[in-house]
Amino acid sequence: MDLRYLRRRTVNIVNLTGSLLATVFGLFWLFWILWTTLSYGVSAFDWNLFHQNTPAPGAAGGLANAIVGSLIMVGLATVIGTPVGILAGTYLAEYGGRTWVAGTIRFINDILLSAPSIIIGLFVYEMVVIRMGHFSALAGAIALAIIMLPVVIRTTEEMLRLVPNPLREAALALGAPRWKMISLVAYRAALSGILTGVLLAVARIAGETAPLLFTALNNQFWSTDLMQPMANLPVVIFQFAMSPYPEWHTLAWAGSLLITLSVLALSILARTLLRKVRLEH
Amino acid sequence: MANDIHGKIQVRDLNFYYGKYQALKNISLDVATNMVTAFIGPSGCGKSTLLRTFNRMYELYPGQRATGEILLDGENVLAPGADLFRLRARVGMVFQKPTPFPMSIYENIAFGVRLYEKLPRSEMDDRVEWALTQAALWGEVKDKLRQSGMSLSGGQQQRLCIARAIAVKPEVMLLDEPASALDPISTLKIEELIYELKKNYTIVIVTHNMQQAARVSDFTAFMYLGEAVEFGDTNTIFTNPSKKQTEDYITGRYG
Repeated sequence: MDLRYLRRRTVNIVNLTGSLLATVFGLFWLFWILWTTLSYGVSAFDWNLFHQNTPAPGAAGGLANAIVGSLIMVGLATVIGTPVGILAGTYLAEYGGRTWVAGTIRFINDILLSAPSIIIGLFVYEMVVIRMGHFSALAGAIALAIIMLPVVIRTTEEMLRLVPNPLREAALALGAPRWKMISLVAYRAALSGILTGVLLAVARIAGETAPLLFTALNNQFWSTDLMQPMANLPVVIFQFAMSPYPEWHTLAWAGSLLITLSVLALSILARTLLRKVRLEH
Repeated sequence: MANDIHGKIQVRDLNFYYGKYQALKNISLDVATNMVTAFIGPSGCGKSTLLRTFNRMYELYPGQRATGEILLDGENVLAPGADLFRLRARVGMVFQKPTPFPMSIYENIAFGVRLYEKLPRSEMDDRVEWALTQAALWGEVKDKLRQSGMSLSGGQQQRLCIARAIAVKPEVMLLDEPASALDPISTLKIEELIYELKKNYTIVIVTHNMQQAARVSDFTAFMYLGEAVEFGDTNTIFTNPSKKQTEDYITGRYG
């Protein structure tokens, strides 16, 4: 009897130690990455970062054009991707149900969800950049919108499915047409969940580099023209980090820190909203 | 049942199918105006299904269909041309679990009203107060109309749902086990409310609780395996049922 107890204890200790070590191993790299980003990035964090443009090699400068460029493109992508994604998710949850069409859309959406972003960059390059004849911020925003789309579709569908059916029936039993039931009751019940999905999607596209390399490219100068190439943080980081100039390296670290902090802020916001969702259900 | 009582709803040869499964078999009964009619029976006997045919709630789900006739003031609501929205304005429904919408108490009530009427602000205020008063909730919520309907207790939420149904001025109220998720005190309040409401509305209630059926209803239908086994005035059904199945169920021998 004691022997069996001893065996259970040993197995328990071995498993516990193993899983703890695995956790420490994973967290170790994460913290190393965060620490490196923080320590190198902080040194370049000053006022110039936000109001000077990306410099020529050897000169001092900031990331103002890249920050604004990223904000414009991520913002435009969100404006395009959110309504389309929410409407598609609404179709899947409220109208499509288990039909063949909805099943196919769901399947394709799952593929799109895990598609490498470079493929989407290439696609937009073919469809937009080549046809326009040059790189543009618009193409960049379109690429980011496509990456964002499946995330929004998926979360919208899932969050609407969390809305209890009796709530729908209650609205319909009052004589509400279906679209009013969805727009006035179901959306309101799923609001924080859907917003969380949008925020997570924004966090995801904020750091995308590959699709922008093919579409918006980069711009050394201040530009807010959607039809022209536009500076953006990920591509600037990529180019500056690959360069031999120490000033550029520092700016690349500062850019990395900036993106990390924004994604962190978005994630915290999303988690707060998600906690609200759990409380509601 | 007595033929001289005017039937608000007359069910004639109603059959109902979930896909191929027949859930209701040749139901024919009359729901009397301004009376409370209760459907009792064991789980799965079809009492909720029957209730949900009265406002065609089942249509939401593919594969569910009904044949036969349900006459509301002589008009067949199952007819293909029948106006679904008008039907649901005339026949309100309250569900088993309270279903307050995720909006303020005021907006919960105004939601249904706005579907049919464009009222100026002051008239809407009056309507909200009237509906909440009818549902015996006004005194408890009059100072917090802007608060979320979800913040109320379960019993209050259920009375809010009743008020919401009343606000569109229906003629019939369908109550699908309205008190089964509530504590005894809230249940009592709902039962008192039903007693008050039948002065103005025709009420159909589905309940698992036989004492409740005995307390609140004027007529009772006992259902079993999709059939209306016995239908008559509540006193007779509970004290002197004519069918053995009814007696067995009421005395607790099965169900």
